[in-house]
Amino acid sequence: MSQFAILIYEDPSFYETMPPEGWATVVDAHHTFTERVSELGGSLTGGGALAPVTTATTITGGGTVTDGPFVRSREALLGYYVVEARDLEHAVELAKLCPASGGGVEVRPLVDTATNPF
Amino acid sequence: MNETDGAAAESGRGHAAASDRLLARVIREESARIVAALTGWLGSLDLAEEAVAEAIEEAVRQWRTRGVPPNPGGWLTQAARHNAIDRLRREKRYREKLALLADPADAAPLTGEPDERLPLLFGCCHPAISPDAQLALTLRAICGLTTAQIARATLAPESTVAQRIVRAKRKIGATGIPLRIPEGSERAARLDIVLTVVSVMYSEAHLVAGGDAAADRDLADDAVWLARVVAHELPREAEAQGLLALLLFHRAREGARAVDGELILLADQDRARWDRRLIAEAQAVLEKAAKLRRPGRWQLHAAIAACHSDTRDGGDTDWLQVLTLYDMLLAYDRSPVVRLNRAVALAEVDGPQAALDEVDALGRALTGYHLWHAVRARMLRHLGRRDEAMAEDLRALELTANDAERRLLAARVDR
Repeated sequence: MSQFAILIYEDPSFYETMPPEGWATVVDAHHTFTERVSELGGSLTGGGALAPVTTATTITGGGTVTDGPFVRSREALLGYYVVEARDLEHAVELAKLCPASGGGVEVRPLVDTATNPF
Repeated sequence: MNETDGAAAESGRGHAAASDRLLARVIREESARIVAALTGWLGSLDLAEEAVAEAIEEAVRQWRTRGVPPNPGGWLTQAARHNAIDRLRREKRYREKLALLADPADAAPLTGEPDERLPLLFGCCHPAISPDAQLALTLRAICGLTTAQIARATLAPESTVAQRIVRAKRKIGATGIPLRIPEGSERAARLDIVLTVVSVMYSEAHLVAGGDAAADRDLADDAVWLARVVAHELPREAEAQGLLALLLFHRAREGARAVDGELILLADQDRARWDRRLIAEAQAVLEKAAKLRRPGRWQLHAAIAACHSDTRDGGDTDWLQVLTLYDMLLAYDRSPVVRLNRAVALAEVDGPQAALDEVDALGRALTGYHLWHAVRARMLRHLGRRDEAMAEDLRALELTANDAERRLLAARVDR
């Protein structure tokens, strides 16, 4: 088994403009996703939802602190999961179930840092 | 501070309509303390600031016609407290705070407490807040300007200003930006941001001064006041003294800089119109800063301003001294605008060709900045390249938004 990150990129306005009952549906969908991961032979080892992108603070290489996200784009990183999956194919199968109606998700393997993976 | 005593005496005399200057003085003296105290009680800068801002809007409306009440601080505190209670009632999640605010023991006067304004100021000027928002939030929470006044004073639409403030406050709340003066290695960098905000506040005032928009708050006054507060509260910080000295030197020349709405260049200013009392104060503050033996860019800017203040007319400026100070300043600040100002001194010492070479080297960074074109025009004219000088002056004129600056440049083109 290997670890994969599922990064959720969505347009924040999708959530900003949604009625309260819409949010309840989103929370349910994520709950269902976490259950489906183990049903499909994977397991969840981490994850989290991020506060709105307006709360982002960026620190660049020189130690300069600025307001805003590192990358400015319409879709922003709003949350992530870390899953255990057999291989990329399996990880993609799981990631397809990850709720992201306001955008999409990106799957990236986590690597062993004992040697430089680049 | 003496100014406060004056305001209190003036306000205690009666209930005549209050002038804009008096309102500004009374409100900025109280604003930050009340925001800080309410934030302490409520645990929310957003809520506290909103309640105080509302109280200030109400105060400006009432006091402008009815005059300032005998205890303006108490009036504002009570009004802000009422506004906060109203908001708490509307918002369920804050209900448990209500009991705290309703307790009359907390209504004790705020005087005599250690100054809470500076931690609040450092919070407003946190680098995780964008520079525009740092300025807007400082003007509102610390100086007590209304959103409309900030919009007029910074030539920005009111909705933009309101949005900047809301976003900045939410960010402070959501990310837990602490309202405190940082210690250790962070401190100097953070103080520099605070001083930059105060300095920008002063320059914004100049942009408006020659414009057609009538401002009922003089940002230059607010900036000098805030520089005084910071210098007074941080007496060991040489740069805080340096910025105060710089603003006092500039303030002293204000009466000669703009006469009947027309801008007059430093070289042509009537020295008799300079405020000698302010210059003496600025010199004393700068000497105090120097004794701390921690040089920095604001002290160097002030030292350059001091050189100009020593002159009897434009002709006896010690340009070699000015150039030397600019060279020292480059060690702290190599920004193109500083280098452009240095080029003006360089022209006086090494001649216009040397200065033009330096100005041209800055072209990539400063093309489109009206003063770059104006300085370039001046060097070309000194070199006898009249047509090119004229073209640069016209370009500068096109790029200038400020009315008084436009008239000054237009007069030059007409000659």
